[in-house]
Amino acid sequence: MELKEKIRKFIESNLVVFEDEAEFSDSDNIFEMGFVNSLFAMKLVNYIEEDFGIEVENDDLEISNFSSVNRITEYIESKKSA
Amino acid sequence: MDNASQQKTIEEVKAFADQEIRPYAAEFEANEAIPRELIDKMAEKGYLAASFPQEFEGLGLDPVYYGLFTEEIGKACASTRALLTVHTSLVGETLLRWGNNELKKKWVLPMARGETIGAFALTEPEVGTDAKGVKTTYRKEGNKYIVNGSKKWITFGDVADFFLTVTTGEKGITTFIIERRMKGVKTTPIKGLLASKAAHIAEIQFDNVEVPAENMVGREGSGFTYIVSTALDNGRYSIAWAGIAIAQEALDLMITYSRKRSQFGKKIYQHQLIQGILGDCVTKLHAGRALCLRAGELRKINDNSAVIETTIAKYFTSKIAMEIATDAVQVHGGNGCYNKYPVERLFREAKILEIIEGTSQVQQEIISAYGLRAYFRPPKV
Repeated sequence: MELKEKIRKFIESNLVVFEDEAEFSDSDNIFEMGFVNSLFAMKLVNYIEEDFGIEVENDDLEISNFSSVNRITEYIESKKSA
Repeated sequence: MDNASQQKTIEEVKAFADQEIRPYAAEFEANEAIPRELIDKMAEKGYLAASFPQEFEGLGLDPVYYGLFTEEIGKACASTRALLTVHTSLVGETLLRWGNNELKKKWVLPMARGETIGAFALTEPEVGTDAKGVKTTYRKEGNKYIVNGSKKWITFGDVADFFLTVTTGEKGITTFIIERRMKGVKTTPIKGLLASKAAHIAEIQFDNVEVPAENMVGREGSGFTYIVSTALDNGRYSIAWAGIAIAQEALDLMITYSRKRSQFGKKIYQHQLIQGILGDCVTKLHAGRALCLRAGELRKINDNSAVIETTIAKYFTSKIAMEIATDAVQVHGGNGCYNKYPVERLFREAKILEIIEGTSQVQQEIISAYGLRAYFRPPKV
């Protein structure tokens, strides 16, 4: 599965709104749209660390790194290539 | 650490609690303070760092054994267990997760040794459940931050050496380590509480406190999303086991009492209505323990469902702790309403668990949101 698709699936499985109410593009800020709750950010970090073998460090804790499908994908790709 | 070594630690902490804590729990409450000597003894044994890795001078207990450890202390005295909840779980584990290397070295090692005590400063006079609405402010001035505001109901706030403090400012919620010794920090103990009386609960004032930039935990604006969420998750796990502690202690006491006490010419456990109460309490306790153990196992492997399972465990065990403690008072009759019997204290302590680290109603909302997604069957087209 393509990285973006995996990320999207993970987000969709953690939405606090239902699928038919939650349309978002790869560049939409899912936090600002209110589609996820406060526990999601923690789960997302955990998911990135466990599934992609990346250590999310203190300095990476900018919400902008994790705010959309595109941003998360870019973050993972940049960490993997570092 | 292997399971046998961890189990040995649990046996040791049980003996410690039996000898050093349980016999004095009522006295601690009457004095409205757990004594510094007890904190020092716990630090000496590494108990204040039970869940920290050994490289940070911790005991290296995994989440399951740390839960069992919390239970042993919590059965003996809820206020002493509260020290573990804030110092070890909310603050220590959160700094270990999100502190940079300098912060960890500077703060976590002294915490493990008991040289400094940490508290978590989130709640405010006007802000409880709506934690994102904190009014304590920060503003940047050169290479430091100026913090103003007040916090309330801060467990161990009256004796802690530093506070992991949640503030709001230009970029959003941001967390800082604020030291008691900093100019402009003032704490006032809160008396007259229903329970947690010995847990040094205090109000804190921050009056133009200058905080160096290196004391920021996480990034500016990321405080709620990462630091507070992590801390509360750690706290909820601790409180889940605190519920088991109260439930187990209350059950032990009511079972023992029911086998000693006679009414109508027979032991009270021989009355079927008492058996009904006991049977329900045993069942609830076992169910709660199963949830805690499952959450612990999931935390051990860093599973993504650990957060929701921890929430479910916290919600359930705080509820059954209240129910079982209430039944324990009922089985004790008049004696249960008297502070010479520990069930009276357990009954009051149980109520706190339904409120701290997120009220039961907030847990219900979170669990409901999870269930609405997890258990939805899409209609077949």
